[in-house]
Amino acid sequence: MRANALRNISILTAVMLGLGFGLVFFYAPLDADQGFVQKIFYLHVPLAIIALVGFIIGGIHAIRHLRTGDPVHDARSYVSIHMSVIFGVAVLLTGAIWARASWGVWWEWREPTLVSFLIVFLLYATYYPLRYAIPDRERQARYASVFAITAGAFVPLNFMAVRLAESFIHPRTFATANGGLPPKMQLTFWVCLVAMALLWYTLVRFELTAKRTRGQLNRLRRALDSSPPPGGAAARIAPGAAVR
Amino acid sequence: MPALPLDDAGPYVAAAYLVFVVLLIVYVGIMAARLGNLSREIESLAELAERRERERNQGLDSEPGVEPERSSEEAPA
Repeated sequence: MRANALRNISILTAVMLGLGFGLVFFYAPLDADQGFVQKIFYLHVPLAIIALVGFIIGGIHAIRHLRTGDPVHDARSYVSIHMSVIFGVAVLLTGAIWARASWGVWWEWREPTLVSFLIVFLLYATYYPLRYAIPDRERQARYASVFAITAGAFVPLNFMAVRLAESFIHPRTFATANGGLPPKMQLTFWVCLVAMALLWYTLVRFELTAKRTRGQLNRLRRALDSSPPPGGAAARIAPGAAVR
Repeated sequence: MPALPLDDAGPYVAAAYLVFVVLLIVYVGIMAARLGNLSREIESLAELAERRERERNQGLDSEPGVEPERSSEEAPA
């Protein structure tokens, strides 16, 4: 992605986040049941949805990697999962705060929605040790892709199982035919969801650009290192300067 | 559970949004540090490439049997 496009998408993301949070505090009405605490909903739920969608996107890139063997798709799969894990941390933290405010506890083990998200999060947390335990780059990418596809398929299955399961205390968002939210709340929610999706996409693009630049630098360094320097070995690049 | 009054709910809402902002700032900070590393590395590679170029030119100049290049001003008429 060109620098201009990256800058534009970053500005758009910042504007959408500002607009979304502005709507949360100055436009959306107070919830009759939960009151002001319900404002966490506009942060917590979009984060959770985008994190789960990001895991699925990681799986789709992994399929493309296995089909084509192109390492670009592996990088996209890795970065998608990486970003979704970070979003997942935010989901767990904001969820715990909301739970404490609404239910009086930080965590409720009997609630399938919470536990299922934790299972998905922990599943993806094992992606890193699995990936980096394999020294061979090609095998690493292949195995990571198989993991991403399997875990990615588990995400919608898990989501459906939770929807079918009986809720303990966690509300089911959009459970009713008309969406379950008044129009002002719905508008605020959708703006926040779009803002969160844009944030995820922007951060993924930043990560990929950084990775690509790092790869190009490594190639340049290798090329400079392999060309015979006129001054002999002393002029070669010090190993300490190698890229981590 | 009944809704918390605004005074009690405020800190929880603030904490949730603060967690999000802090995570974002930490991530941007890590990205900035990585960008700084990349920038430093590009500088070192550019210096290395320039040094190689200079050494190569000096090597050509001092190599026996190789006539040093003359500029057009030095060239005999």
